[in-house]
Amino acid sequence: MSMPFYVSPEQLMKDRADYARKGIARGRSVVVLAYEDGIAFATENPSRALHKVSEIYDRIAFAAVGKYNEFENLRVAGVRYADLRGYSYDRRDVNARGLANAYAQTLGTVFTTESKPLEVEIVVAEVGQDAATDQIYRLSYDGSVADERGFVVMGGQAERLREEVAGSWTPGMPLAEVLQLAVRVLGAPADGADEDDRRVIPAAQLEVAVLDRTRPRRAFRRLSGVVLEDLLGSAAAPDLP
Amino acid sequence: MPTDPLIPAGRLPGAFTTPGSSSFVDFLAQHAPDLLPGRRAPLPVGDVSPGAGAPHATTIVALSFAGGVVMAGDRRATMGSQIASRDIEKVFPADEYSAVGIAGTAGLAVELVRLFQLELEHYEKIEGTLLSLDGKANRLATMIRGNLGLALQGLAVVPLFAGFDLDRGTGRIFSYDVTGGRYEEHQHHSVGSGSVFARGSLKKLWRPGLDAAEAVRVAVEALVDAADDDSATGGPDTSRRIWPVVATVTAAGYLRVGDDDLGEVVARVLADRAEGHARARAHEEDPTR
Repeated sequence: MSMPFYVSPEQLMKDRADYARKGIARGRSVVVLAYEDGIAFATENPSRALHKVSEIYDRIAFAAVGKYNEFENLRVAGVRYADLRGYSYDRRDVNARGLANAYAQTLGTVFTTESKPLEVEIVVAEVGQDAATDQIYRLSYDGSVADERGFVVMGGQAERLREEVAGSWTPGMPLAEVLQLAVRVLGAPADGADEDDRRVIPAAQLEVAVLDRTRPRRAFRRLSGVVLEDLLGSAAAPDLP
Repeated sequence: MPTDPLIPAGRLPGAFTTPGSSSFVDFLAQHAPDLLPGRRAPLPVGDVSPGAGAPHATTIVALSFAGGVVMAGDRRATMGSQIASRDIEKVFPADEYSAVGIAGTAGLAVELVRLFQLELEHYEKIEGTLLSLDGKANRLATMIRGNLGLALQGLAVVPLFAGFDLDRGTGRIFSYDVTGGRYEEHQHHSVGSGSVFARGSLKKLWRPGLDAAEAVRVAVEALVDAADDDSATGGPDTSRRIWPVVATVTAAGYLRVGDDDLGEVVARVLADRAEGHARARAHEEDPTR
């Protein structure tokens, strides 16, 4: 009779976490930034159809990095969750916190009980009446939730890009400025490379969306084409640190 | 499968993560069928027909014009010979480019509209594109068909659906019967208890090439005519300033006509009619005039 190898729980969880982290780090980053009228999302994504940022409900949006099939499945589940909740109660009773909890439970259960963790990292964001009531939740592959203030960077090189955003971001920036900041950060050179290698990502290669609190019901709007080019070209680019 | 429609506390159950369907109604049928109108346990025998307690919503008109469609509904709901509501709204935006108006049992109809609006928005969010106008009209037909059991018990819902077809660049109108039959109407159509009178009015007043303002006036005229002869249809209430709900759907989307604009249209329609009646009286008194 063969005995199964003993693997300590610490080792098991560490292996799974390493596996998930590696998968997530391979993807391109997503930057989520609060601005004066809402929350902006930006990522480098040449596809017009396979989105990383999407609408969940009237005031709630979803952004993800990692394996497309896995986060797409979570996104659809989130839309169903929100629509069911809004249909059962009222549209105002759908909030990001409830959705973040449902995602956290799902990610956490998959992480501990299934053979492979989900290789995703997601952000659930909701705009409120003013910047103080905006909510940004960041969820990791293991189900941990962080209530973020102001900005989030996910995906490959998240730590380094995060520092770069932290150096330039201030509350209440206008949309054009946060988008220029986001695009500059997304084009950051690889670790250890020269600053001269910083790329300027053209508007056509970007996926940009906003939750705009000034819009009447559905706050989510994609920005592309001329509108996006105007925003990226307008106003003086923020000073490089 | 949880029968409690409300939200799972732990991991999202399988129905939430099942890939494939972009339909909220299909999702409900799988996860919480009790929430679907028409899918509930059979009703006990009893009378909830319009005369006996369930408010009934009445006349809706729709007509096409150059560049879109107008839909309008009166504001009355009746319960037998009583007025259940004088300011109910029966015309709703189904999504950005379509409108739905309802006649029939008000409670079920309002629920159906809510579900239909959600169905279209759900599809749009999941697929990232809008359904075609025919697709929307067919979804509504399926939902009406699901209500057939209740319709046979006297709780019928008959909607009128109109929208702007982005592919063809024209406004289109669809009518339905209680079995879910879907019929495309041309030029104009009306449903509800006052529809016979409204249709007669539309036939005489509609002409090709109306503009939006003229079409709004024609819709108001048709409703005034329906209210004139049908006790279940409410005319414009000038003392309370309750006007019909009138909306246009064009390439620019769904737009409800504002109360101030509508007040002027109503005032002109009523003034023209009062003048006609005054002329008729004068003629009776003095046939030489």
